[in-house]
Amino acid sequence: MKSSTLRRSIVWLALALPLALGGCGVNTIPTKDEQAKAAWADVQNQYQRRSDLIPNLVSTVQGYAQQERGVLVDVTNARAKATQVQVNASTITDPAAFARFEQAQDQLSGVLGHLMSINEKYPDLKSNENFMELQSELEGTENRIAISRRDYNEAVRSYNTELRTFPGVLWASTLYHDAKPMNLFAASQGAQSAPQVNFNISPPGGSGAGATPGSAPPK
Amino acid sequence: MRSRSRAPGLLWGLLLACMLGLTGGLARAAPTFPPLTGRVVDQAHVLTPDTQAQLTQELGALQAKTSRQLIVVTLASLNGYDIADYGYQLGRAWGVGQKGLDNGVLLIVAPAEHKVRIEVGYGLEPIVTDALSSQILQEKILPKFRVGDVQGGIVDGARALVEQLSLDPSAAELKAAQAAQAQQGVQGRGGANPIALIVFAFVLLWAMGAILGGGGRGGGMGWIFPLLFLSGGFGGGRSSDDEGFGGGGGGFSGGGGGSFGGGGSSGSW
Repeated sequence: MKSSTLRRSIVWLALALPLALGGCGVNTIPTKDEQAKAAWADVQNQYQRRSDLIPNLVSTVQGYAQQERGVLVDVTNARAKATQVQVNASTITDPAAFARFEQAQDQLSGVLGHLMSINEKYPDLKSNENFMELQSELEGTENRIAISRRDYNEAVRSYNTELRTFPGVLWASTLYHDAKPMNLFAASQGAQSAPQVNFNISPPGGSGAGATPGSAPPK
Repeated sequence: MRSRSRAPGLLWGLLLACMLGLTGGLARAAPTFPPLTGRVVDQAHVLTPDTQAQLTQELGALQAKTSRQLIVVTLASLNGYDIADYGYQLGRAWGVGQKGLDNGVLLIVAPAEHKVRIEVGYGLEPIVTDALSSQILQEKILPKFRVGDVQGGIVDGARALVEQLSLDPSAAELKAAQAAQAQQGVQGRGGANPIALIVFAFVLLWAMGAILGGGGRGGGMGWIFPLLFLSGGFGGGRSSDDEGFGGGGGGFSGGGGGSFGGGGSSGSW
């Protein structure tokens, strides 16, 4: 009789354990890890897409704006530098490599912005069909980059939070020793286009919220 | 020794807590969106009812044929957001396009901010390229907007998009369109669906009443239970009727769960 109750309880345990473990989030860390890596792959794709557009863009602008050689050389160099940065799936857990990647791409964004602003001086270039097409592709790509960076940040934030909060922290310290927190993109790109909110109307004292935890330190 | 004996208890407690599903989420502050009330959402009130009906019908026909979803939306305000930033979030929030195919497109007009955008779902980026979106904006939409004909620009732009979106749908999209039509046929034939539901609820409640009031005097009052719930049942039936928009292109059942990644183009006037 005793052995039958024991056996029954073992069966129950065997049935309940996977459920309990599943509910406990034993799968959460790998799931979020995969999501973050997929988001990272998307970020790389979008940057690659931009990189692929540049040679065409440079040659088109060259035909109309010989005087702007300096800008064109800058863009070409920045592109070369950005493509030289070695990137793979482990880049996201290596702060130094991640910073190199981000810095190179941000620099390219800067000089590209400069290149796209010179078209105002060249009406022929501005109305060139090929240039207009490239311009819209580049705009769309910059937009995709901004969104993929944001999606990546969201996925990483969720993953990092899982690593540091219950119950994920238990699994991270037992099953997933090699799970490392991932790096976030700085808000530089998004911040430039973020809505400007003017609080001038509100009376003094209303803005005492202070810095939110986790916000970037002032430069 | 003592701690060893306590450990299983602790573990079980943890497992139990987990099974109860203690989960938390992290949400980013997002703009507010108008409700997706149809294929044409005219929050800014720039379209006449006739135009809305006409567009709704054309967009419905497009979806019936290709499963691709084009939604025209005019916004009262962007609330300070960049239209590109607002657009993809709106598309994701509404889930425009079919899930997995991501074949939705939004034509977004913000007359107050003088901004317009064509937002293209992931799956349609090769068909409605950024360059083509820009071209439609520059050639069909913005010239009319600039002379004050917002409605005309929207109609021309939507038609240009419908024309492009009607081109060679993929096999998966055709299959999705057929499946949707088949489902609609079933719904159309089973027009009594909500009524059947009410009848079922009626019978169920009757049985419950009979069981509850089974003994003694209460038995005679069992019939009252269904009546108590009757009004509510009919109300439900009516509201579900309202959901289908009477556009000629068939019913509109909201977004299909498509996603957006920033494809398309923006313009201003």
